[in-house]
Amino acid sequence: MQYLVEKRQLVIPGELLAEGDYKSGKNTYQEENRIYSSLIGLANHIEKNVFVVAIKTGYMPVVGDLVIGKVIDMRLSGWIIDINAPYKAMLFTSDAFGRSFNARKDEMSDFLKVGDLIFAKISAFDRTRDPIVTIRDQGLGKVNRGHVIKITSTKIPRLIGKKGSMVNMVKRETGCQITIGQNGLVLVSGKNVEVEALAILAIRTIEKNAHTLGLTDKISNLLKKEEGD
Amino acid sequence: MSNKKITKLLKKNGLRLDNRKFDELRSIKMEIGVLEKANGSAYIEWGKNKIIAAIYGPREVHPRRLSLTDKALVRCRYHMTPFSTDERKRPAPSRREVELSKVIATAVEPIIFTEFYPRTVIDIFIEVLESDGGTRCAALTVTSLALADAGIPLKDLVAACAAGKIDGKIVLDMNGIEDQLGEADLPIAITPRNKEITLLQMDGTFTKEEFKKALNLAIEGCEKIYDIQKEALRKEYIIVKEETEKIEEE
Repeated sequence: MQYLVEKRQLVIPGELLAEGDYKSGKNTYQEENRIYSSLIGLANHIEKNVFVVAIKTGYMPVVGDLVIGKVIDMRLSGWIIDINAPYKAMLFTSDAFGRSFNARKDEMSDFLKVGDLIFAKISAFDRTRDPIVTIRDQGLGKVNRGHVIKITSTKIPRLIGKKGSMVNMVKRETGCQITIGQNGLVLVSGKNVEVEALAILAIRTIEKNAHTLGLTDKISNLLKKEEGD
Repeated sequence: MSNKKITKLLKKNGLRLDNRKFDELRSIKMEIGVLEKANGSAYIEWGKNKIIAAIYGPREVHPRRLSLTDKALVRCRYHMTPFSTDERKRPAPSRREVELSKVIATAVEPIIFTEFYPRTVIDIFIEVLESDGGTRCAALTVTSLALADAGIPLKDLVAACAAGKIDGKIVLDMNGIEDQLGEADLPIAITPRNKEITLLQMDGTFTKEEFKKALNLAIEGCEKIYDIQKEALRKEYIIVKEETEKIEEE
């Protein structure tokens, strides 16, 4: 009965993490009384709960997540939304209109067209059915302006920074609104195209140099220099 | 190549034509994350074999009717580039490529937690850039690395290696000439943690004793391959780990 790997040790799939009276947590699996890792990540344990923090995984919808999605199809009952996940999400017409939808009176494409972007919340998902999203909440709905960019999902913590320091700095320096979807999409909207381009440049630089030290200062200097030009 | 002249595969000093001992692997190099657009990818150089594997998914199944309601579908396309062989290979899938695609998909499926992603597909694309015997083992080895790189939950990795018989002697990891002129070939794949065999094929003739000897030799080979796989994954991701630690320090 023991925990076998160091805290925050890099583990690979199939690596033995603990033996005996332990509980199999996230990204691990159990065979008899042994617990193994199922992903590449950093092993850790809180008391008897053994888990692995994944280094690289795709986005899997979780109820309550805020995501940025793209309308890719229209059906009678609603819109099909691409949310950068293994499953396509559904946005019901009743949800979007806030009342029951009447196909004779209402025109769906007046509200959302194929290609439109939305900021939505996952309201239901259980793997046996496709996720359902809602836009009935504060700050959700159609994205009317700005740019959406996709960044590697592993770099999102770096973009946010410690307690949001990085993203807040970029917001402050460029005057742009930056919305980060949990599915790896980032919405940048500002007063004009120039400031948006500047914010995107900053985000791309963060993505590219995610491993370097003192990045917050570097980005801050970059933005000040670009603004001066 | 002057294959016609070769009649003996073992030299007088007992070494093979490329100066390997009977239980020696060819030199192997593995790289992780070589393709930008794929969800996961890996590259292997196994002797003269050069193979890239790419993973896409889990994603929606097309055509829809192939999707499984209780688990993810594992689909594989093994392809040899026209310039991968001595003589130009026609690019259309041959009977052999269809077989290998099927065999590789079934050999890696046991390690994937397919039940986590019902109604989706995990697509495996394997492209052989250069071939010199033993591509199915090399392809399987590199596929399991690409799956790990894709962040798909796995029970274990798959390590594959072949053993065979040349000039009446059991040897490990046969290259192109040995494969063509040798008497038998036994490619196997195992899940190294609990030593389960996920692939076992045989070509040629072995006696019962020879078969047992070859199987054990091939399993030993797989274990050596597994060590190289682990090292390749660690090497790639230790950098990522250090990066994240730096971030937290800031």
